Amino acid sequence: MAMMREMLSYPFLVRALLGGVLVSLCAALLGVSLVLKRYSMIGDGLSHVSFGALSVAVAVGWQPLAVSVPVVTLAAFLLLRLTESSKIKSDAAIAMISASALAVGIAVTSLTTGMTTDVSSYMFGSILAMSRQDVRLMAVLSVVVLCLFVFCYNKIFAITFDENFAKATGIRVGLYNSLIAALTAITIVLGMRMMGAMLISSLVIFPALTAMRMFKSFRGVVVCSGILSAVCFVIGIAASYRLSTPAGASVVLVNLAAYSLFTLASWLCAWKHK
Amino acid sequence: MKPFIVCEHADFGYENQDAVIDLSITIEPGDYLCIVGANGSGKSTLVKGLLGLLEPTAGTLTVAGQLRKGGIGYLPQQTAAQRDFPAAVQEVVISGTLSRRGNRPFYSLKEKRLAEQSMERMGITQLRAKCYRELSGGQQQRVLIARALCATEQMLILDEPVTGLDPSAILEFYRLVRELNRRDGITVVMVSHDVRGVVREADKILHMQQRALFFGPTADYVQSEAGKMFLGEGIPEGGR
Repeated sequence: MAMMREMLSYPFLVRALLGGVLVSLCAALLGVSLVLKRYSMIGDGLSHVSFGALSVAVAVGWQPLAVSVPVVTLAAFLLLRLTESSKIKSDAAIAMISASALAVGIAVTSLTTGMTTDVSSYMFGSILAMSRQDVRLMAVLSVVVLCLFVFCYNKIFAITFDENFAKATGIRVGLYNSLIAALTAITIVLGMRMMGAMLISSLVIFPALTAMRMFKSFRGVVVCSGILSAVCFVIGIAASYRLSTPAGASVVLVNLAAYSLFTLASWLCAWKHK
Repeated sequence: MKPFIVCEHADFGYENQDAVIDLSITIEPGDYLCIVGANGSGKSTLVKGLLGLLEPTAGTLTVAGQLRKGGIGYLPQQTAAQRDFPAAVQEVVISGTLSRRGNRPFYSLKEKRLAEQSMERMGITQLRAKCYRELSGGQQQRVLIARALCATEQMLILDEPVTGLDPSAILEFYRLVRELNRRDGITVVMVSHDVRGVVREADKILHMQQRALFFGPTADYVQSEAGKMFLGEGIPEGGR
């Protein structure tokens, strides 16, 4: 408790905590749908594209967010198309796109400014990266995501569970898919600077997988992964403060611990029922 | 009574390739029609057309007024992703009412009751809180029919429903569908690979190979050129 109070006395940490909790919440909710539809790799691909876009923006001297949000959203639509058309092997295409984006980012950076701390913090995240404006954007984003999940929950369920049936009942599947892709893109761009391009996709994937170990209804999984993600983030930041480890890595490790714990618990449950 | 669906010289397809050519069929209320044919013969494309997901590229498709307002219940082919999906049976079934609901965000009492009724009809009320992925193949199909029944009382379109079921589950499934057709008067359109099973069940057969090779009563199909060939291929040595 004393440590918590001490942490909250630093304004930058308060910002990081607030922004991080909001981003983890968004990432986890969107992640449930992405993971269940087998789109997990999209999150990973997007984070690399986001890194490329940010490095180029920094090199040219443009406002980083203004460049990367549209670029990554565009990439999200592209990746979604790739995954939907069965002609192209989408996992290979995503791997190719993410490596290329990373390469562009690194090449442009080393040609212009060199590997500054800015770029390195995009790679592995920095808790100092949160500005007041970032937190405001995250708040807006999470309101949009929460509204989507509260008011369109049943449609999201139908689309995630069975796209063809949803189409046949007259739901505009394409619209919702694009919406989810765009929101994921924005979540990743905003969260990346704190979590790092290499680690942000874990926020999308881990909570959903963890929740699926224990919960058997869609509602349970959605609610659990949202809460879990926020809790893991707070614990991760506290750990990083205490042990002076990088924030992103600590959060991922806490998520991994939660996953292991849930797996163990589900085994115990299964064993007890036998 | 007016026919539910009339298809006149219709072509269906994607981009510049038509998978279904010059098809003329009529589906009357109470029909039990099975669509058979080899892989790639245009069966699934035709289903998309019947559901209104694809416009005919030529010819006409007329759907009766009462069906157009979400009157068709659809049972799609199962996807791999569904097999390990964390969803309670109840959640899956009630999602069938979405077409009746328009844009209201939450389910009303009426829709919950409807879901209860369809679960009862399919005999899966005791499974309501169970997880979809823990059910057997046959139970999963019952859940999906219950969902389709939430959408309609008039017409079911089933796309390859028995694929992946074991033989006893297949028989059970056919019994259920027959009951829905005979007792409740629900029109059934079923796409199937299981030709031998289908000729024992359906009243009408549509045999497709891009064009319709045969369309008519099952009794005639068994005697027809197309039917003899396909059934001959379909019966392995020592078959029933």
